[in-house]
Amino acid sequence: MSTPSPELHEHSTLTALTFTIGSVRLAVPASDLQEIMDPLPITRVPGASSFAPAVLNVRGGVLPLADLRIPLGIAPTGPTQPESVRFLVLEVGMGAEPATVVITADMVHEVMSIPMAQIVPLPATSGWPPEFMRGIFRIADESFVLLPDLSAIFTTMAQRAVHA
Amino acid sequence: MNDELTQVFMEELAELLESLEKGLIDLKEAPGDGGLVNQVFRDLHTIKGSGAMFGFAELAGFIHDFETAFERVRSGQVAVSDALIRLALAARDQIPALVEGQPDTNGARAQILAQLTEICAPDTGPDAGPDTGPDTADTATAQDGADAVDCAAPVARSQQLLHFQLTGPALALGARPDLLLAELRSLGATQITAQAATLADLRDLSDLETDHCYLAWQAHVPGELGSSDLEDVFLFVDATWQLSPLPTIDTPAPPPALKEAAPPDPAPPTPQQASAPAQTTAAKTPPAQTPAAQTTAVEPAASIRVPATRLDMLMDSVGELVTVEARLTELARRSRDPALMATSEEVSRLAGRLRDATMSMRMVPLRSLVARFRRLILGLSDDLGKPVDFVVLGEDTELDKTMIEKMADPLVHILRNAIDHGLEPPEARRATQKPARGRIELSAEHAGAEVLVRVRDDGKGICPETVRAKAIERGLITAEAQLSDAQIFQLVLEPGFSTAETVTELSGRGVGMDVVRRTIDGLRGTIDIDSTPGQGTTVTLRLPLTLAIIEGLLIEVAGELYTVPMAAVKEIIALPREKEQFSQSADYLDIRGQFVPFVRLRHLFGCDGASPISQNVVVVENADTRMGVVVDRIIGTNQTVIKQISKLQAGAREISGATILGDGSVSLIIDVPQLVASVSRSLPQRKEAAA
Repeated sequence: MSTPSPELHEHSTLTALTFTIGSVRLAVPASDLQEIMDPLPITRVPGASSFAPAVLNVRGGVLPLADLRIPLGIAPTGPTQPESVRFLVLEVGMGAEPATVVITADMVHEVMSIPMAQIVPLPATSGWPPEFMRGIFRIADESFVLLPDLSAIFTTMAQRAVHA
Repeated sequence: MNDELTQVFMEELAELLESLEKGLIDLKEAPGDGGLVNQVFRDLHTIKGSGAMFGFAELAGFIHDFETAFERVRSGQVAVSDALIRLALAARDQIPALVEGQPDTNGARAQILAQLTEICAPDTGPDAGPDTGPDTADTATAQDGADAVDCAAPVARSQQLLHFQLTGPALALGARPDLLLAELRSLGATQITAQAATLADLRDLSDLETDHCYLAWQAHVPGELGSSDLEDVFLFVDATWQLSPLPTIDTPAPPPALKEAAPPDPAPPTPQQASAPAQTTAAKTPPAQTPAAQTTAVEPAASIRVPATRLDMLMDSVGELVTVEARLTELARRSRDPALMATSEEVSRLAGRLRDATMSMRMVPLRSLVARFRRLILGLSDDLGKPVDFVVLGEDTELDKTMIEKMADPLVHILRNAIDHGLEPPEARRATQKPARGRIELSAEHAGAEVLVRVRDDGKGICPETVRAKAIERGLITAEAQLSDAQIFQLVLEPGFSTAETVTELSGRGVGMDVVRRTIDGLRGTIDIDSTPGQGTTVTLRLPLTLAIIEGLLIEVAGELYTVPMAAVKEIIALPREKEQFSQSADYLDIRGQFVPFVRLRHLFGCDGASPISQNVVVVENADTRMGVVVDRIIGTNQTVIKQISKLQAGAREISGATILGDGSVSLIIDVPQLVASVSRSLPQRKEAAA
């Protein structure tokens, strides 16, 4: 979305976890995050899309492992430090219902409080898919953090998978 | 009333109502079947008996009148007619409301009863009760001993219930309730009771208006008293009054069983209490055969009723047990400790038995849904003026209860469509040399690991061109799309698609079939539509047998472990030497003279690496089609607790779910029907050559 959702303004700050995928720094609301885990054994799902190519057992449940690089168009380079890879267990909206999914992060940074006022819409020329973005904000070291719209991403990707 | 006991009654009532409904509908088809009449009668009787026992006096009274009317049918004095069945069904439909204690606001119940009584009235005269009553009761007792109450029934209609209340300033105008009551008494009123009708509305005593009458009265009056007699009584007072059939068997002195059970006694009446008055009314019947005793005896001790939620809990626990058992087996195998291995084997055996027992407890025959469908078809047939023969085949086919529950709504949609859109009106049918009565067939059968539920009609069928044109119009496909008829029919299941020219109240709004598909998808089932224009349509639902746990065959392909549902596995053979070299995507095996196509999972699933020297072929079967699946290695069978996989992975067509293995890793479950379908599609020309 090119404008931040209204809910972002309801609170003065957003508590979010920042992490990197490839060379891109991203943040997800801490309220969506269930768990950060060391990588677990995964099972490839033949025929599934490259967005959700595998499943894994998280505490007795079979969850899909999703790759945010696909919808966001991040170049698929392997992690520079394989030992820092983490799995993030997230609760996201997928269609009408919430779903628990796992995404891979090449490195997890920190949980930070971001003042709402600092989250701005992405410029139209940014090159990121606007329908999957809630906004962007700048952090201390002058770099940018993208705030992806996880519900939009997972809802769209599920529709694509069902109708493929 | 004790909640748990009420619950038991409610469950029993639901079953009885279903049985009653089925009996009535069957009776419509076979009006001369004395067995069915007796069954209907027994159901009514049991409802009345337990209703009274559990304190539903009003219900018992209603059924009693229903039963009295029906008694004439049973004794052969009145023939079964469509009108009678319709009324009886309408009366049956009043029962749930009665149990819930909803008042008969628009007089529907009284009217139904009156019509029933009328239709069952003897031709000879308005009141043949005293002569015919004892006879019929005697024949009744011969058939089942539970009719003790009915022996007293002939006089039942001789009493009515009068309810009256003085309104407005009646007292100020000089009305004398005592004189009114005296007059009623002189007319034969008994058991006069006062009720604090509007007294409860009075918040404060200072609000009491001395000339306002806060009381209402109720009395039993003789049946021969007509409205005009009572009008005379109330002629000079402002009063509202109401005369209704008395919901009890009427012997003058001791209040009968029904009244006994009626007061809101916190302790539920025991069968003994409830049956005691029945003994006094009919001393010739031994106490063990009173209705109350009978309702408990109907249920043989060999079966008990369990709330469905407990079964679900049990199933969940068994599911977890099975997963833990798999882990234990794996640990035991690694430990190589003989004692541990023996113990784990024992646990596996027990877990398997427990699983089977739990599953079988959850199996319900399709029959449990059929009565509802018969009723639906009957109603639609009447409403639409399309006579229909509804045929059910394989109603003993069993499915998991969750499946049965979830399947009901989709089937209702499909049946509705069949009669509303499928069947032509009788004139149109005659014009095309078809019998005027349409035919709708519902069938169910087991096929491998699946249950096939079919709805077939002999209506006008679906025209692929019309569907195609509509789909193009709706933007579902492009004008250039090349589709087979089967693919075109699938478009009917798309959201927003409807081919009905007119939207009727029943169907044609384009909601329904997509809901059907969604529900069936959710059950891991599929829908096939087949239709020949002019000859009819067949909708086939393919559903897995169970939702929770299956026996699985664990196989390995290029280091990945997959599970094949054991129910679909026919045999396992070694891959013949000459077929080892990969030639093309699919090939044929000669199994005892039969050509069986096979697929290499390594290839299908895009696995890397070279295949091992000796490979195995798992021969699976789906809907009469056999297929070989080449795998690297067979690991063994295991109990598979099915977990759904995410919609995100819907693209993995040959995978139906996942399961967690003993070591905690995930094994994907192969969707055999899909696999067979996709392989058959890929080699149609070779199949013909081989055949």
